[in-house]
Amino acid sequence: MNVMIDTGNYIAAKAAVMAKPDVVAAYPITPQTTLVEGIAKYVATGEYKGEYICVESEHSAMSACIGASAAGSRTFTATSSHGLLLMHEMLHWAALARLPVIMCNINRVIGPGWNIWADQNDSISQRDTGWIQFYCSSNQEIFDTVIQSFKLGEHKKVGLPVMINYDAFILSHTSMPAYIPEQKEIDDFIPTFKPLWKLDVDNPITFGNIIGPAHYEKVRKAMQDAQENAKTLIPEIAKEWKNKFGRYHGDFVERYKCEGAEYILMAMGALGAESKAAIDNLRAEGLKIGLARVRTFRPFPKEEMIKLGKQADLIVIDRNISIGSEGALFNETKAALYNKSDAKINGFIAGLGGKDVTYQDIEKICKKVINGKAKDFEWYGFEGD
Amino acid sequence: MKKYDVVTSISYPKKGAMGKTGSWRVFKPKLDKNKCVKCLQCWVFCPEGVITKNKDGTVSIDFDYCKGCGVCANVCKVKAIVMEREAEDK
Amino acid sequence: MAIKDLPNDECVLPGSAACPGCPATLGLRMVFKALGKNTVMVVPACCTAVIESLYPNTSFDIPVMNIAFEAAAAGASGVEAALRKQGKTDTTVLAWAGDGGTYDIGIQALSGALERQTNFIYICYNNQIYSNTGIQRSGATPYAAWTTTTVDGKTEFRKEMGEIIMAHHIPYSAQACVSYPEDLYNKVKKAKSIKGPKYIEILAPCPPGWRFSMDKTVELGTLAVDTGAWALYECENDVVTFNGKSKLLLEKKIEPKPIEEWIKQQGRFRHLFKPERDEKRLKEIQEHTNQVWERYRKCYLQK
Repeated sequence: MNVMIDTGNYIAAKAAVMAKPDVVAAYPITPQTTLVEGIAKYVATGEYKGEYICVESEHSAMSACIGASAAGSRTFTATSSHGLLLMHEMLHWAALARLPVIMCNINRVIGPGWNIWADQNDSISQRDTGWIQFYCSSNQEIFDTVIQSFKLGEHKKVGLPVMINYDAFILSHTSMPAYIPEQKEIDDFIPTFKPLWKLDVDNPITFGNIIGPAHYEKVRKAMQDAQENAKTLIPEIAKEWKNKFGRYHGDFVERYKCEGAEYILMAMGALGAESKAAIDNLRAEGLKIGLARVRTFRPFPKEEMIKLGKQADLIVIDRNISIGSEGALFNETKAALYNKSDAKINGFIAGLGGKDVTYQDIEKICKKVINGKAKDFEWYGFEGD
Repeated sequence: MKKYDVVTSISYPKKGAMGKTGSWRVFKPKLDKNKCVKCLQCWVFCPEGVITKNKDGTVSIDFDYCKGCGVCANVCKVKAIVMEREAEDK
Repeated sequence: MAIKDLPNDECVLPGSAACPGCPATLGLRMVFKALGKNTVMVVPACCTAVIESLYPNTSFDIPVMNIAFEAAAAGASGVEAALRKQGKTDTTVLAWAGDGGTYDIGIQALSGALERQTNFIYICYNNQIYSNTGIQRSGATPYAAWTTTTVDGKTEFRKEMGEIIMAHHIPYSAQACVSYPEDLYNKVKKAKSIKGPKYIEILAPCPPGWRFSMDKTVELGTLAVDTGAWALYECENDVVTFNGKSKLLLEKKIEPKPIEEWIKQQGRFRHLFKPERDEKRLKEIQEHTNQVWERYRKCYLQK
C-alpha cells in the first residue's frame, strides 16, 4: 500500500485514473481545475491511457460523457458550482438515460457575486436529477468513494450516474495523506464495465425518441427502483472495501461517539469532519452527544434516519439553503421521520458563502439546542451568536 | 435484434413505425409504365423511400406507406407519374 | 456515381412521422446511401427527432442517440472518443442537426468539436427556420422571410455558416442541396474518406415552413441554386471549389435567375407581393444576393 500526500483534487485525479475510464471530459473551473490538470499529467506520463477530451463548456463535458457512455465506455468528469449548474439539463439526461457517468463535484458557492469558497447549494440544487450523491470529508474518503462509485454506478441493478462531492479548498486544495491500493487491487475491485444498453451497429436502436406518458412513467419508476437497489449495494460495497483495504467511512452515515447519545448531530462534508472535534469537546464536558456524518444524500437513507431518530434528538447543520424553505438535510430528515419518530429535530444554516464554521461554532450550535434556547430552524451567526 | 432489459427510452427499428402512412394520402401517384424511361429520378427523390428499383430498371411504389406528396410526379421528366385524387373508400 | 448504381437499402424506413415531401428524409436517404450501416448517428432536438417516430418504435435502421438541442457535436465527440478507444475507428460518427441546432444554440458545441478535431461528419440540414417548433426564425432565416417570430418579415440577413466553418480550417466542408442527389452523395462519400472533422450543409426546402405545395420540394432547391440564394461548393484543405451551376454563376458563365423567381414560389415571402409589391425589400434582396456573389468571386474565384 502506497501513501500519497496530496490535495483532494490530485487524490481524486489519481482515483479516477486508477479506475481506468475509457473517456474523460475536461473543462476547468475553480476550484476543480487541478483535478482535470492532475489527469492531464497522467495523460502526459502515459499512466492514463484513455481518451481525454478538452471540451468547450461543462454542458459539453456532460454531453460528451453521455455520448461516450452510450457508446459503451466507462466515463468520468469533474466540475463545480456554475459548471455543475450549466450541465444541469444533461445531469437529468444522463440519469434518465441510465448512463453511469462518474463525476466529482467540488462544492463551491454559486454567484453572483463571484465566490469560490465552500457551500453545498450547487450539488444540493441537483438532488432531483436522479444522480446518486456522496459527500466526502477527507482525502482518503475521496479516493475510496470515487473507486466505490464506479462499482456502484455501473452495477447492473443500478445503472445510474454518481456524483462525489467535496468542499472547495478545505478538501480540494488541502493536502492530506491517503493510502492508495495497487492498480491490480483496483482492477479486481471494479468489474469490467457492461453497459445496460449501448449504441451498436450490429443491433441498431434509437435512444431517446418521443415517448408517451405511460411509458415515461415506467422509466421514472425504474430509476427510483435503481436508487432503492443502491441502498442495498452501498453498505455492501463499503463493507467489501473495509475487508479488502481496512478503511471504512461509514455507508449512508458515519457514526461517531453515538453510543448512549441523547443528541445526534448531523452534517455533511468538511463540516462533518469538523464536527468530530466539537463532539470530542462536548463529550469531555459530559454532554451525551454524538455525530452521524451523512455521507450518502441520494438515495436519501430514510431507514438510517429513522434509526437515528429512534435513538436521540437530532441537530442538523446545513451548508445549503433552499430559499423560501429550509436546509435540505434538515428538511429531508424531518420528512423521513414523519410519523416514525418522536425525536425533536433542530435545523441550522451555517457556513453559506464559504463562511468558516469551526468546531467552536458547532459546539455553540449544539449547546444552544441542549440548553433549550434554539428555535426549530435558525441561521447561525446572524443574531449575535 | 437484441432487446435490452433496462427500462429507458430505447426504441427498435420498425417499418411503418407510424402505422400505414398510406392513409395520409389525398392524391395517389399513378405510374404509366409505358411512358417510364427508367431514369430513376422518382426513386431518388421520394422522401419516404417507398419507390423501389426493380431488376429490370422499372420502379414500384409501396402504397401502404406512400404519403401522396407528389414529388415523384413533379420530378418525372416524361410525366409518366400523375397525381390522381384518391377515392374516399379505398 | 450514377443514380442507377446507388444502393437500394434504406436506413430510413418508410412509414415515418415526416411530413409528405419532407426534405430531411429525402436528404437522409442519400446520406445513408453514401455512409452505409456502419454508422452511429447523434441527433439533437429537431424535426428528425420527431421523424424517428414514437417509442417503442423507430424509423431508423442504424444506431441513433438523441441528445439535447445544443449538444449534438459534443455528444458526437464523446461517441467518437469511445468508439476510438474500443478500436472501432471504421464506424462513421454522424451528427445530424437542423439549422437551429447548428447556427444558433448548437454553434458552440460545433465549433468546439471542429477545433478539437473530432473525427466525425457534422451535417446540417438547413430549412432556414426552427421547423420542429412550428416555424420560428433562426440565424439561417433569409431577410424578409415570414416566420411566426418575424411576422412582418425578418429584418436581418442570414449568417454564412459555411464561411464560419471555413474559419475552423477543417479538412473538408461543403454546401449541398437535396435537389442535387449525386452532388450530395459524392460530398458525403468524400467526407467519409477523410479523417478529421467534416461539415456538410444541405439546403432543405420545407413545404410547411416556406409555404409551398409539398410536391415542389426538389423544385425549390434547384431554384435556390439557379437564383444564387444558395451556393453549392466544397472547401478542401482551405481550397474552395464551387460546384455545378454555382460554379458557372461564380465564373459569370451564366447569369443567375432573378431572386424573385425563387421568392415568389414561397408563401413565406407573400407579403412582398400582396397586397402590393414591396419594391424596396425586393430590391434589397436582389442587391444583397448580388453583393454576396461579388464577395464570393473576390474570395473564391481561382485566378
